[in-house]
Amino acid sequence: MRRITVEALDDIALGAAVLGTGGGGDPYIGKLMAQAALRRHGDVELIDPHELADDDLVVPTAMMGAPTVMVEKIPRGQEIVSAFQALEAHLGRPVRATMSIEAGGLNSTTPFTVAAELGIPLVDADTMGRAFPELQMCTPTLAGVTATPMAIADEKGNRAILQTIDNRWTETFARSLTVDMGCAAMIAIYPMTGRQVKETCVLGTMTVLEEIGKTIRRARLVHADPIEAVRAATDGFVIFRGKVTDIARRTETGFARGEAALAGTGDDAGQTLRVAFQNEFLVARTEDRVLATTPDLICMLDAETGEPITTESLRYGFRVAVLAMPGDGRWRTPAGLAVVGPGYFGYDIPYLPVEERMGAEGIGSDGPSSGSA
Amino acid sequence: MSLRVGIDVGGTNTDAVLMDGLAVVAKIKTPTTPDVTGGITTALRHILDASGTPVSAVAGVMIGTTHFTNAVVERRRLEPTAAIRLGLPATLALPPMVDWPADLADALGRHVFLCHGGNEFDGRPIAPLDKGELERAATAIAEAGVSAIAISSVFSPVNPGMEEEAAAIVRAVVPDAYVTLSNEIGRVGLLERENAGILNACLRRLARETVAAFRRAIAEMGIAAPLYLTQNDGTLMSAGFAERFPVLTFASGPTNSMRGAAFLSGRLDAMVVDVGGTTSDVGALAHGFPREASVAVDIGGVRTNFRMPDVFSFGLGGGSLVSSDPLTIGPRSVGYRITEQALVFGGDTLTTTDIAVAAGVAEIGDPTRVAHLERPFVGAAMARIQEMSEAAVDRMKTSADAVPVIVVGGGSILIAKPIAGASEMVKPDHYEAANAVGAAIAQISGEVDRVYALAGTSRDAALDEAKAEASARAAAAGADPGSVQIVDVEDVPLAYLPGNATRIRVKAVGDLALSRHAQ
Repeated sequence: MRRITVEALDDIALGAAVLGTGGGGDPYIGKLMAQAALRRHGDVELIDPHELADDDLVVPTAMMGAPTVMVEKIPRGQEIVSAFQALEAHLGRPVRATMSIEAGGLNSTTPFTVAAELGIPLVDADTMGRAFPELQMCTPTLAGVTATPMAIADEKGNRAILQTIDNRWTETFARSLTVDMGCAAMIAIYPMTGRQVKETCVLGTMTVLEEIGKTIRRARLVHADPIEAVRAATDGFVIFRGKVTDIARRTETGFARGEAALAGTGDDAGQTLRVAFQNEFLVARTEDRVLATTPDLICMLDAETGEPITTESLRYGFRVAVLAMPGDGRWRTPAGLAVVGPGYFGYDIPYLPVEERMGAEGIGSDGPSSGSA
Repeated sequence: MSLRVGIDVGGTNTDAVLMDGLAVVAKIKTPTTPDVTGGITTALRHILDASGTPVSAVAGVMIGTTHFTNAVVERRRLEPTAAIRLGLPATLALPPMVDWPADLADALGRHVFLCHGGNEFDGRPIAPLDKGELERAATAIAEAGVSAIAISSVFSPVNPGMEEEAAAIVRAVVPDAYVTLSNEIGRVGLLERENAGILNACLRRLARETVAAFRRAIAEMGIAAPLYLTQNDGTLMSAGFAERFPVLTFASGPTNSMRGAAFLSGRLDAMVVDVGGTTSDVGALAHGFPREASVAVDIGGVRTNFRMPDVFSFGLGGGSLVSSDPLTIGPRSVGYRITEQALVFGGDTLTTTDIAVAAGVAEIGDPTRVAHLERPFVGAAMARIQEMSEAAVDRMKTSADAVPVIVVGGGSILIAKPIAGASEMVKPDHYEAANAVGAAIAQISGEVDRVYALAGTSRDAALDEAKAEASARAAAAGADPGSVQIVDVEDVPLAYLPGNATRIRVKAVGDLALSRHAQ
């Protein structure tokens, strides 16, 4: 157990923006909300998953919706507590702790609001090891854990409890409600036992986020290359450097979809990289070659400052470095790929681990490990 | 003969240059006068007389000013301003000005009103506008004696209706209100757009007075050429537009001096330190243009989402106040009163310029008036000035490698020693007028910001149409058609309108074609 302070949230939010892979919502808004909650109620206790008893009840909390909406329609603030309390009442027994379902983007910090307001601990884990756009895309799904019963709440005071036959249906119904709620809603979901958390979730991710944030901050202080610092800290690869020449966006069924085109600079001069996104960056390819695909992480960072760039802030003329990092090992199995592989998102591209796509040129002395994000 | 005048009106000095093509024909530095007009007419008279130029030969007057940025940084001459946000029951978690520095929020009076309204992403109202609630807010604003009002509404860039409706209700209650609507300035991103709107509102009175002073100065000289102000991306806007949107001049000073520094030094990749009278700016040049900030830009500690040069401003200038025990330098400055108030000019205020004279690195005014300053104190103050400059350069450098540092601006006398981490330190000819040169070489832009229905056409066709129109507008505004380039393209889909509508913004810029203005 350790205490997370208002200041530590700066590093966590920066690390979360990297693992947000362009999506996951504006970490700035999530951070401001969490910091406001910590200032009102004091530090939050972060507990190691192994401190949970097997029969403890854990209820993760999150924001659901389109990132382009969240930077406009800021929450009222109470709706996430409202969702959590609705589910706790429905379950009929006290919840020991809350947790993040998504280490990337603003959902890394949203559960801090619940933890601070209700004085309960936050578990050092998440269910993606990154950001993904849909609710069934959580590692507990692969182990047969059900997302429901779940609660969803909006700023107007509407609340609903959902019970579905599987986690894909949870996504479908919750998405419809989210669109009706204005494309931004708060949820309490995946109620789990302590044992399920320990066995099915990605463990230690809050600490990983804090470390990535610290790494970037330190690199800037000593003028080391922040891109290289992130690459080294994440077992990743710098797959492209270039300038944004076009961004096509469209908002469909509650998602921000689109594609960014980059003209290469330096070693990549003359090449064009196309990066497709659905909230998050999913596929990066040049004219003749696929460089990386989901579930590996594709991140865009400002070429000089290392500041992570979200799909909604991406603009014509930005100079960026594109990094790819291995996703969690469970996502790379056939069962994992069925849920979050390129085929699921409509790309007719076979999945190959990024370290294989990069080939010998990418595998340096510190080649990637077995792939936990 | 066709010439243009570049003028930089700073807090301390007014610099002017007369440029014929790429050559600086005449230049002058003169103190900024309290009425602004006097300093400009003095400067104009000097450069025209010195070069023997008739007023009829002047094709354009371009003014860059740090007036508005300085007002925010120094928290001075800001009007008490009310912020009305339409968004309840949403957005309560982060009210307007939530992340502002406390002293700036205090300076504006914290007149914050959260009201019902705003739109969902698809156009549905979050809540209907509550006329009674807005009238109560307006009454409270009127009773507080506040007339500067900024109105923001959730999703106003895609549906400005509620902001306009609210403005009408507020105007009916607050008779002399001048209202800034967030949709007129910013883009999607509520907090940043709202911040820009509030800053614009608190500067409106200062803007009206300042632009009127500019106009008076030009008219007094009998110059009939168009008056432009430079904006944050280094392009020009008309004086009338600047009067309504002073916030768009933010960071134009640094943009001008950095482009001027690149032009004058011939160094296209370098760090630029511009030391003015009140503040200094540090930024990086890449290929002759300021490196742009890729994310939110802080102005006086406030987050906005303009496209702006990535510049770090700090409170060090030739007029910065120096006090001992404990030693402090800036951020307050005597500004344009330096020639009356600094010790070396016979005043009784200790400034950084006095320190530089006492240290023997500058010869200005009467050195005997600073002879009484104790050596250790002068040494410590000079060391602090060097430290502040080096820390700022260090902060803005993006690699540990040594890079050229170009030092410009009238206050650059303060920097006596090479900056740590510089491969070379360059002080180009006309260094003190780099910002005026940058204003004189500023480009003309043309912009399109419109909703296109993509039903009968493709996105590419709509983009091409918008680009062609923006280019045509730039040319119509005076740009040389051959030099026009598209510099910014953005499209925001509007999911709720039928026919797959999208809002497209395109900006084109080109060099000012002077021959077309010449008689």
